[in-house]
Amino acid sequence: MSALSVVYALLFYAATVVLIGGLTYKIWQYAKTPAPLKIPTTPAPVTRGGVVMRLAREVVLFESLFKATKWTWIFGWMFHLALLLAFFRHLRYAISPDNPLWPLVSLPVVQTFGKYGGYAMLIGLLGLLGRRVFVDRVRYISAPSDYLMLLMLLGIAGTGMLMTFVSHTDIVALKAFVLGLVRFDWQALPSSPLLVVHLSLVALLMLIFPFSKLLHAPGIFFSPTRNQVDNPRERRHLAPWAAQLETESK
Amino acid sequence: MADFEVPEVTEYPVVPLVKEGAMAHSQPFVAKGEFQQPLGFPGELVDNWKEIAIDKMGELKGKYRSLQVFLDSCVKCGACTDKCHYYLGTADPKNMPVARQDLFRKVYRRYYTFAGKYFPKLVGAEDLTESVLDDWWSYFHQCSECRRCSVYCPYGIDTAEISMAAREVMDSVGKGQKYCNEIIGKVYKIGNNLGLPEAALKDTLEGLEEEVKDDTGLDIKYPCDEKGAEVLLVTPSADFFAEPHVDGLIGYGKVFHQAGISWTTSSYASEAANFGLFIGSYENMRRVSMRIREAALDLGVKRIVFGECGHAWRVAYSFLNTLAGPFDFLDPNYPVPQHVCEFTYDLMQKGALKFDKSANDHRVMTYHDSCNVARASRMGSWPGGQFDIPRALIRAICNNYYDMPPDTIREGTFCCGGGGGLLTDDLMELRVKGSLPRMQALKRVVEDHGVTHLAAICAICKSQFSKIMPYYGFEMDQIISVHQLVGDALVLGTEQ
Repeated sequence: MSALSVVYALLFYAATVVLIGGLTYKIWQYAKTPAPLKIPTTPAPVTRGGVVMRLAREVVLFESLFKATKWTWIFGWMFHLALLLAFFRHLRYAISPDNPLWPLVSLPVVQTFGKYGGYAMLIGLLGLLGRRVFVDRVRYISAPSDYLMLLMLLGIAGTGMLMTFVSHTDIVALKAFVLGLVRFDWQALPSSPLLVVHLSLVALLMLIFPFSKLLHAPGIFFSPTRNQVDNPRERRHLAPWAAQLETESK
Repeated sequence: MADFEVPEVTEYPVVPLVKEGAMAHSQPFVAKGEFQQPLGFPGELVDNWKEIAIDKMGELKGKYRSLQVFLDSCVKCGACTDKCHYYLGTADPKNMPVARQDLFRKVYRRYYTFAGKYFPKLVGAEDLTESVLDDWWSYFHQCSECRRCSVYCPYGIDTAEISMAAREVMDSVGKGQKYCNEIIGKVYKIGNNLGLPEAALKDTLEGLEEEVKDDTGLDIKYPCDEKGAEVLLVTPSADFFAEPHVDGLIGYGKVFHQAGISWTTSSYASEAANFGLFIGSYENMRRVSMRIREAALDLGVKRIVFGECGHAWRVAYSFLNTLAGPFDFLDPNYPVPQHVCEFTYDLMQKGALKFDKSANDHRVMTYHDSCNVARASRMGSWPGGQFDIPRALIRAICNNYYDMPPDTIREGTFCCGGGGGLLTDDLMELRVKGSLPRMQALKRVVEDHGVTHLAAICAICKSQFSKIMPYYGFEMDQIISVHQLVGDALVLGTEQ
């Protein structure tokens, strides 16, 4: 097995550990930090079920962004939907046909539509990048990392599409490599420059996820303005540190 | 009229191009030591302010999930960049909500994140320096904590939470804002924001009774410290004498009188406002709130009703139960607390009040949703009751009512420009410019429907509008209290 295969096998183990470990830490941090006051942005649901629906609309449809700006919504939503399709389409590399998820992964909508979803992803990302470059307000708030993040995603989408539509890589060997990682039985990585770039960028994405603004993914679920029930008069809401304040002052 | 340019009211709203530094000069007065210490803050900027500020930031993000999540989650999508009235009115890019947050976030990233510690340039992280502190001082006092940005943020990031945290950090190192902190001190010392002592308060209320008697011929009471009354009314102290506020208070009194419900104000809790909110201080907000609990217990009332005040209603509705509850000693048949609009609306629904709408026929009304009522509280039992109930009241008592354009009302309402502890003369330029979007919306209905008056249910909005409307060619008396309209149309006396 080539040195390249070993390096990439180790890289993906490392990236997985960092991604899962980092996200677990951040989620634990969000969960243990108290929200001492009721601050849902109103009008807000008055029941738990209503809050679940509000969060679902936010996560699936990007409701607030839709209210804010249609252009960012259309590009952002297109990108995320394409990303979801790409994720499911790529699962075929990591699971074998006897996996319970296989029927979902082999659906035509995932495999065929997902293939062309790459264009949607590209258009979405280019739209977001264009906004960052051409709208003076968005340019003002952009740091180098904001551009690089988009370029990285464009790189992932671009190399992926090149392999799908232009220069095919040996996907049977790739699947063997990925399954080898999953089963701790390492196999050789097909030597394709496009694939190497694609995989490097994906590993980078995994590595920076817990240290960057990509934390918006778990963040939305913990956002008190979106996940709180509007019932402060009906139920007393008291954080532990606030309760302590009460006993101290008595 | 002003030593700054009043923004032009264009035919349609325009999002301005970025003008860097346009409002960098805007700064409120710094509180002197005597106004800092009663609140538990250092009297002046401490020597090791950097370390203390950074530690305080760490403490706050451990105490407030909102802060921790909001600091991490922003993707700089730009959805909020054209939503803040201060940006729309000043074009200063640091008044875009995300840029305002970034003043705080860049310091958080520098000291508390891996990326900011090792790659500060890449992610826009910065050391806390004097010039950063100056920016904080300037721009965290150009946020009225109105939450409009939080409506449009895909992650619900509320800049108000960041502004409050930044102000608390500044207070903790001895750099407090004079206007807010002096006022909180007055509440502790005297009982209300205006520093109106008990004797003066009672005098004022007696004067009011005489005035109403001259007007109506009826003995309508405006009681203070009356033990055993059914309702404790907690209202912003501006209601006790300033125009147009006091006409609202007259209206509440008429409603209580007509409904035959005994009520009282308290000289100890003679203030609904709670500026502890504006400076983000849980402890001070709680101390102010506890006065209301104590007054309710002392007077033996069964219900608490709040007068017309925006942020006060936020603290009352959303936080009072948390800060000063539980209120199990009050009548469980009514929500605690109740808004005076809910109170009047309930009576109206029961048919206990009769109105002569024609009394308001000389007015063509529109209604300004106050930011804290709209986006941080509720009235009634259904989401959005805070929009429906005041409108239902106005429609029941006025024949002529028109809403302002839909993106400027309800949850999308624009702040009056003076909220969040900015209602002070040292920030007049900011206040005038920040009111542009509201004035633009008002002009629309004035031109289209001949609207003559703007009704509001917030003491800050009312004071702000009386002051800034003349800058835009309106009269200062075009802003009125909802309960002035109620009082004017209410048919008093026994039914024939």
